[in-house]
Amino acid sequence: MNQHGEPSHHVDSVRTYVGVLIALLIATIVTALVATLDLGPFNIIVALGIACVKMMLVVLFFMHVRYSTLLTRLVMIGGLMWLAILLLLSFVDFGTRGWIGVPGK
Amino acid sequence: MATAAITAERETYLNSAYGLKSWLLTKDHKRIAVLYFITISIFFAIGGTFAGLIRLELLTPEGDLVSSETYNKLFTMHGVIMVFFFLIPSIPATLGNFFLPMMIGARDLAFPRINLLSWYLLIAGGAFAIFAMVAGGVDTGWTFYTPYSTSYSTTYVIATALGIFIAGFSSILTGLNFVVTVHRMRAPGMTWFRLPLFVWSHYATSLIQVLGTPVIAVTLFLVLCERLFHLGIFDPALGGDPVLFQHLFWFYSHPAVYIMVLPGMAVISEIVSTFSRKPVYGYAFVAFSSMAIAVIGFLVWGHHLFVSGQSLYAGLVFSFLSYFVAIPSAVKVFNWTATLYRGSISYDTPMLYAFGFIGLFTIGGLTGLFVASLGMDVHVTDTYFVIAHFHYVMVGGTIMAYLGGVHYWWPKMTGRMYPEGFAKLSALVIFIGFNLTFFPQFILGYLGMPRRYHEYSQEFQLLHVLSSAGASVLAVGYIMPAIYFLWSLRYGPVAGANPWGASGLEWRTPSPPPTHNFDRIPVVTFDAYDYSTVIPTEVNDVGH
Amino acid sequence: MDTSSTHLETGAAHEAETLALREQFDTEEQQRDAATLGMWVFLITEILFFGGAFLAYTIYRSSYPAVFGLASSSLNLPIGATNTCVLLLSSFTMVMAVRAGQLGQRKAIIIFLIITMFFGLAFLGIKAYEWTEKFEEHHVPALSNFFLEGTSLQGQAKIFFSLYFAMTGLHALHMVVGVGILLFIIWKTSQGTYSPEYYTPIDIAGLYWHFVDLVWIFLFPLFYLIDRHLPR
Ligand SMILES: [Cu+2]
Repeated sequence: MNQHGEPSHHVDSVRTYVGVLIALLIATIVTALVATLDLGPFNIIVALGIACVKMMLVVLFFMHVRYSTLLTRLVMIGGLMWLAILLLLSFVDFGTRGWIGVPGK
Repeated sequence: MATAAITAERETYLNSAYGLKSWLLTKDHKRIAVLYFITISIFFAIGGTFAGLIRLELLTPEGDLVSSETYNKLFTMHGVIMVFFFLIPSIPATLGNFFLPMMIGARDLAFPRINLLSWYLLIAGGAFAIFAMVAGGVDTGWTFYTPYSTSYSTTYVIATALGIFIAGFSSILTGLNFVVTVHRMRAPGMTWFRLPLFVWSHYATSLIQVLGTPVIAVTLFLVLCERLFHLGIFDPALGGDPVLFQHLFWFYSHPAVYIMVLPGMAVISEIVSTFSRKPVYGYAFVAFSSMAIAVIGFLVWGHHLFVSGQSLYAGLVFSFLSYFVAIPSAVKVFNWTATLYRGSISYDTPMLYAFGFIGLFTIGGLTGLFVASLGMDVHVTDTYFVIAHFHYVMVGGTIMAYLGGVHYWWPKMTGRMYPEGFAKLSALVIFIGFNLTFFPQFILGYLGMPRRYHEYSQEFQLLHVLSSAGASVLAVGYIMPAIYFLWSLRYGPVAGANPWGASGLEWRTPSPPPTHNFDRIPVVTFDAYDYSTVIPTEVNDVGH
Repeated sequence: MDTSSTHLETGAAHEAETLALREQFDTEEQQRDAATLGMWVFLITEILFFGGAFLAYTIYRSSYPAVFGLASSSLNLPIGATNTCVLLLSSFTMVMAVRAGQLGQRKAIIIFLIITMFFGLAFLGIKAYEWTEKFEEHHVPALSNFFLEGTSLQGQAKIFFSLYFAMTGLHALHMVVGVGILLFIIWKTSQGTYSPEYYTPIDIAGLYWHFVDLVWIFLFPLFYLIDRHLPR
């Protein structure tokens, strides 16, 4: 319907979506099982790592960011960056509270 | 005579439909801007009344006019109304709403229905806040610091916080609408670097609204839960951390300062250029300084926590980062000044306000550096020095720019000129009244007068009396425009399309504009502030 | 209520106006891009909305790791994992509905959306069951009988469950809104509003639904999977 002959309509195959779904379900089971192993400090890293992989699968395939414009990607990355600013700069405080004794405390 | 007759017949956004319903259900960004004008004027009057009562109480050292409890409620409600219901929506929702689509050559914002929704959200939020005030008020300060707000205050915290929560969504939706509009609705030929600086500043403002406001929303949500269910998230008795609340609160509320002042800078860029008849000096620098303010503004919130029990190291980092905000702000001030150089300057009312803004904002900004430095702030924190600092930015900056902008675009919005003589007089009265009100407060604070006290020692009385006297002058200055603007709606001279000889697209369509802004969508072939293609129109004094 | 478009000729661009094209846009492509961008900008406000709560979670989990581990282990893991899978299935059927929209298969859109809604409601039902469990176990911080076995630091336990209820509650609220949106889209589809040229509302409803799914993808490990390896 537009002059450029539909560049933005990418119809993925059902097989792709089923594959992504299976990967997501397996990742869920894996993350639940890994949590029962003692990996020390790596438990949280693995849990969040798997969650990030799942996020990427959903974002790239289900939310079509694979085909999206640069602007859409920037918007998404910008949002995550601002979340990082909130967390990191807060930790400049919470992470250094114990470094120096507070008088009277 | 002929002009008047044509004006009467031509269809404009004002006469396209009549009746209350045509206004309350309108999707026209210009009509919604008018709705906002009326709304925030009412909120300004309410907030101003609270300020007047505060200044009246402070005439004498004794707490004789109101009780200390009432005084706490007065300054809280003054802050809540002025910040969340006047300053935040002030310029973006009125002038921005009206002119951003026109300046980029669009028929409307991208989402007109969402635009109307955001006005209703402001009304709904305001209704909660006003209910809280009528029912008995709220006394936490506009900052809602925990655990006082969650555990101890016996006033209407829930209704007020809910009101701000709802008004926050109004602000988010306005920002979202502007972002999408600037990206997707520009007229053919209107490239990013042909955008007026007004649009750049509003774009930066919108990004802050979109990125910052959700955080205050969830923070107030947690405060509400905590107050209703005694959860302990911010309660030190259970292991919660009140400083966490302050981090969350100021993650929004510091950038919110830029939601209030960036649109003011937007207005000043337009006025300075028009009345110097020159392009703004260093266009790209001014454009990017808006974006830089938006980004850096998010990295400095911890300067509000220097004495709150935040780690010393965090204080150092936040103090250091805070200085960086001064750079883009200074770029703007220097570039406006450079624009004046060798310009053909005319001293019409909007330009007087612009001069007022530049001077007062500079004082407000420089004293900001005082309070951003860790060592200095420990001494002046929670004193009148801080009060004076942010009133120089908010009142001397934003409200000056707002009034300048309203004068500047009044002929475009209404098709009528205001009386220039009265306007100049009121600009002068406001400038004098403002400085008389707030300059003594710098000295008061420096001498150690703490904020939020309704009694004080004898030695502060002279300065407090000066300040209260200034407040009454300021009040007269604010009432004058209200009167002559209303007068001009009926009796003002007919303005014509471009009485100032300005260059923006909004001046290349009739005044008041037609429903869809332009008779034909313009194709832009020139840069912003290109005065070679401008033909000023005469003001015809035949309006009746 | 609005007189706008009928009264005024606004240039050549307006000739392209169709039923689905609103008057402020010139082309359908422009309208679609605007709607999609609008939804993405809305989603980043959502990121930061949940982000504030995630900050609170991060601070308290790093301050009180032992009690958070203990409290986390008291949550019902099989149910949490099942619910995660239910939500992932709903995301799959949602994307299939969008695909059907791209291909203009009206019947398939409706079927997939109904299945999506069913999964969404199943998630909420399971969530409701889980919350009732919390009431029976005295793990509701708002109630005076709150008690977490195995620790003397009841305040810290209260903070864990406060965050649990606040964040899963906010998430559930977004699910309820999502179900409402799906109902609306199903109704519009049955009216024949959408076509392969105009299916933007299905697309952006999908974006919203997937985002709500994403939030849960992080809530699940953060609340259910702390210190599961320790013997309790
Ligand atoms: Cu600040």
